[in-house]
Amino acid sequence: MIGKESTVGRVVKFAFLGVWLLFTVFPLYWITVTSLKAPGDIFRFPLAYWPERFSLENYSGLFGTADFGTYLTNSLIVSTVAGATATAISMLSAYVLARFEFRTKSALLMAALVTQMIPSFIALGPLYLLMTDLQLVDNRFGLILVYIAVCIPFCTVMLRGFFENIPDALEEAAMIDGLSRFSALFRVLLPVMRPGIIAAFIFNFVNCWNELFLSVTLMNSDSNKTVPTALNGFISSFNIDWGSMSAAAVLTILPTMLLFAFASRHIVQGLTSGAVKG
Amino acid sequence: MSVTSTTATKTKTPGSGETSHKRGLPRGGRRREFTTRRGLQIAAFMAPAAVFVAVFTYYPMIAGGQMAFRNWKLTDLTDTSWVGLKNFRDVFADPAWGTVLGNSAVWVFGSIVPQLVIGFALALWLRRRFRFRGLYQALIFFPWAISGFLIGILFRWLFNSEFGVVNDLLQKAGLIDEPVAWLADPKTAMVAVLIANIWYGVTFFAIMILAALQSIPDELYEAAALDGASKARTLFQITIPYIRTTLALTVLLRVIWIFNFPDLIFGMTGGGPNNETHIVTTWMIKITQQGDYGRASALGLLVVAALLVFAVFFLMATREKKGARR
Repeated sequence: MIGKESTVGRVVKFAFLGVWLLFTVFPLYWITVTSLKAPGDIFRFPLAYWPERFSLENYSGLFGTADFGTYLTNSLIVSTVAGATATAISMLSAYVLARFEFRTKSALLMAALVTQMIPSFIALGPLYLLMTDLQLVDNRFGLILVYIAVCIPFCTVMLRGFFENIPDALEEAAMIDGLSRFSALFRVLLPVMRPGIIAAFIFNFVNCWNELFLSVTLMNSDSNKTVPTALNGFISSFNIDWGSMSAAAVLTILPTMLLFAFASRHIVQGLTSGAVKG
Repeated sequence: MSVTSTTATKTKTPGSGETSHKRGLPRGGRRREFTTRRGLQIAAFMAPAAVFVAVFTYYPMIAGGQMAFRNWKLTDLTDTSWVGLKNFRDVFADPAWGTVLGNSAVWVFGSIVPQLVIGFALALWLRRRFRFRGLYQALIFFPWAISGFLIGILFRWLFNSEFGVVNDLLQKAGLIDEPVAWLADPKTAMVAVLIANIWYGVTFFAIMILAALQSIPDELYEAAALDGASKARTLFQITIPYIRTTLALTVLLRVIWIFNFPDLIFGMTGGGPNNETHIVTTWMIKITQQGDYGRASALGLLVVAALLVFAVFFLMATREKKGARR
């Protein structure tokens, strides 16, 4: 591809790649190790890079004293439902934006971009009042509705990139055969789009799973809290219990990491096809 | 539906999306003929997305925007009268404002420059195939799956003054004699949050630049090699000019995004010590938590204005001349 690499060049390259890998992986390793130490061993010198004894005490504490199982369930429900619904809705809008020409199209794309530019904090107060009027404060369904709206703009842009990579001829052939536009979309396009749809769903899921400020604002009773809200509760107290915190962090990170590992290639494609084209 | 012969000629190859889309051209008469029906279809497909975003994003944003011109305090909701520019004056009169603004600049530039440079280097080196490259990419991609807030907590633990692993490693390496209270001193706290943000953001640059690099035709490099161009020359005269659109766009998006990214600082230092690591958006959180929605909204509008001005200037400065590549 590009000339031959010199030996020195190769050494520098792999040294750099190695150092970066260590830097990336180490914090995750360290939080996991911390979570698996017995609470007393966490605050003991010298620091153990590989604990002498492993303990699940921090984890059992999370499910015993704190109600972490409920928070995980709440997050799971909210993220799955919001992520899936937002993907379905975005698919329709992305399809239109990829396949039709119309006057307000660039305005709509611009409106999607603007949602990324405005700090979400400006909307927090009025959103709280709106949800109060709708009687959806401290309600999982209410949070789902808000998250759907949060996911749609970027998801639409991302899916539009995927649609544009599929030739028009595909659904046009189906329409010649007598299918309506809608059934052509569902029966012909969607199967081809599957990797893109999975990537978009995972992206939405992870965004909802990680969202903090809206959830803190809208969910106040303990049985309705999501995982990030619970974590925020852990640090508001003056002294942080690093054992429980590490265990909670591992439990929070693990699902999204597994999803990303499963679909990272599709997600990369989704991110780049959306943005490289502008 | 009348399908004309134009369909046959409009074949597009998958994967070549970047170059083959000429959206302005008439795309067969069929879609222009049934305007009402076409309009209804567009409206029906767009409606669910539009309703959600209008109700739960745009309405609160606009309502929040007008709070900036009102006396809007959670502590006293009996008086929400219009106060003109008072909230803006309060923002500027705040003694912490200078620090907050300076920190924002350090936060954005101190993050974006290392992210861009390291991300670019990773992308250049990842372009060539090597064993385990796929695994490597997947591993360095992981920070992207973690929320900024949680990354803040993660690094808060790493930089812990007593039991933090950073102090331990630095002491073992003989670089420091005794533990440093990283997050208690404003200067080191800022360095620490920047390191955390670099950890998080490099991947995004690496992905975007790698994707752009893969669109550069090999012939360009072959020609450069024939001319005996040095590596540095090839980089600056072929690689960078070729991907400059992507570079500019990625930097623009990231600047906007980093500017509006209080999560990490919120989780790591909460703006401390003594408000010294606050950036504009964490400052906004603090004011919101104090219940002064009017002033927080004024701050928000200032952010939007600043970002819009930045975006316009940035796009003007990096815009390509007509006739240049794309």
